[in-house]
Amino acid sequence: MKVIKNIRDKIRPHFYKGARFGRFRRAWEAFDTFLFVPEKTTTKGSHIRDAIDMKRTMVYVIIALIPPLLVGIWNTGYQYYQAVGIEPAIWESFAFGFMLILPIIIVSYLSGLATEFLFAVIHDKEVNEGFLVTGMLVVLILPATVPLWMVAVANIFAVIIGKEIFGGTGMNIVNPALLSRAFILFGYPAYLSGEVYTYTRLQEGHQLVDGYSGVTPLSLVAEGKMEALPSDFNMFLGNMPGVIGETSFAAIMLGGLFLAITGVASLRIIISVFAGGIFMAGLFNIIALNEYMMIPVHQHLLLGAFAFGAVYMATDPVTASQTPHGKYIYGFLIGVLTILIRVVNPGFPGGVMLAILMMNVFAPLIDHYVVQANIKRRMKRLRKAQINVKEKKP
Amino acid sequence: MSENINNNKEPLFSYKNKKLLSNPIGKDNPITIQVLGICSILAVTVQLKPSLVLAISVVAVMGLANVIISLLRNTIPQRIRIIVQLTVIASLVIIVDQVLKAYMYDVSRQLSIFVGLIITNCIIMGRLEGFALYNKAWPSFLDGIGNAAGYGAILLAVAAVRELFGAGTLMNVQIIPDIFYRIGYENNGLFILPPMALITVGVIIWIHRSRDKELIDAS
Repeated sequence: MKVIKNIRDKIRPHFYKGARFGRFRRAWEAFDTFLFVPEKTTTKGSHIRDAIDMKRTMVYVIIALIPPLLVGIWNTGYQYYQAVGIEPAIWESFAFGFMLILPIIIVSYLSGLATEFLFAVIHDKEVNEGFLVTGMLVVLILPATVPLWMVAVANIFAVIIGKEIFGGTGMNIVNPALLSRAFILFGYPAYLSGEVYTYTRLQEGHQLVDGYSGVTPLSLVAEGKMEALPSDFNMFLGNMPGVIGETSFAAIMLGGLFLAITGVASLRIIISVFAGGIFMAGLFNIIALNEYMMIPVHQHLLLGAFAFGAVYMATDPVTASQTPHGKYIYGFLIGVLTILIRVVNPGFPGGVMLAILMMNVFAPLIDHYVVQANIKRRMKRLRKAQINVKEKKP
Repeated sequence: MSENINNNKEPLFSYKNKKLLSNPIGKDNPITIQVLGICSILAVTVQLKPSLVLAISVVAVMGLANVIISLLRNTIPQRIRIIVQLTVIASLVIIVDQVLKAYMYDVSRQLSIFVGLIITNCIIMGRLEGFALYNKAWPSFLDGIGNAAGYGAILLAVAAVRELFGAGTLMNVQIIPDIFYRIGYENNGLFILPPMALITVGVIIWIHRSRDKELIDAS
């Protein structure tokens, strides 16, 4: 550690304002504060310091993302070997999935961070940590077969249009990771729907199993092939085709538990999203006009990216509602909209992304009315107290 | 903008008149600065060709309408001026529409209702109200042409971006070479959808204001 510190102390002056690399000092700071306490010290008054700053918070989310990522890596390989009819060893699946997913992760981080650093250097502000999480989230909500250049283009678009023009991390209206996915879904729909979830560029000597179809369970349901669904247990573990991070309910819950215990994600939102989903699915069960409406409630929660959206996407502290009551409304409506889009809209099999993006836009409105209602309630209380005082006076 | 220009000896292209023509294209652009006429920008800019036709139509309608209203300005009763203006614009738009239907039927069908909707284009009414009613014919003509050109410039810019990335073509001629497609390039379907027009206009406004710091309002 001492060695590193010495080297760092020697290089640092070059990045001061006016020094040779002064222009890039924001980029230097970004890496510097990863390892060391920021140089800035408070000068006035007393401040309470917490060990957790934004970088540490982001790292917690990354830790919470590890279980779905691991299952995703395994599942990507496993689905491939299923498609060619081989029963692989666990490490074989992992190795195969790793070879596919590692480039996506690298491209995702490179493209997004390059854009962030560019804006930070141009505008001379601190590099925001937000993309640490966004970069990983983007990977987890894309299929393993997505072309790498699309990931790069989508990330650049999402960082600029979704975040930087509003003022960077903490100012964005919609979730950048979801915006990135939306860009690919609407821009290149063929790469994000249908049978793209399993890698099918076959290796030498491998052959597709007869009648293999790599569509997700959600598409199966949308086509009305209920009998082809994987068993509930498989869906719970994550053994089904789907985007990298969404398949395993169990792994997502593990990450969600970690987030809830550390207090990084709002438990209110997670619970109310599930409540909304259960409510809407139950409502459809009662209406029961077609087969899709009759799916059992618990399957709705296992299918698609419902759990992933609820735990990692809806709880993004920047784009969610800020008020405690608002969080309940916000989460509940996400759950309701997700199931509604899923069942009623034939265009898109999955509805989580669209539901969350939509509620992101409405979150400030919800907050506004929650705050107004609170003000009204307290004003009423005040008037009541004033009347009481007046009556007592004489 | 609405000051009287009553110097009779003024040359046709005096500094003032040139400004009337060039200001709306840059500093006082009806779309990027005044944010008028956004609706048609969102709707017709999927391809360059219809946008070009619409831009030319708007230039024709706006120039002529400004001249006619300017000539009539002393005889129009104040209370019914809006109706008179609308009648003039509507007659001009009908003429344009008929010409398009006669000579460019395909484009006319693509533009469908948006030729008729030139009548309600906020920029035209705005210029008639704000300029032609108080100024002579020649400055009014320049003002009309200038504003329509400012509108058309943005229209064409947005359409070029959308057609290039959405379909890989410009004026229906393929621009992006085949080899790109062979190595995996894809046209972006999002650019065909209306939201991208809004984002493109936003980016143009962004570029415009970052080049000219005067335009940034702090509010």
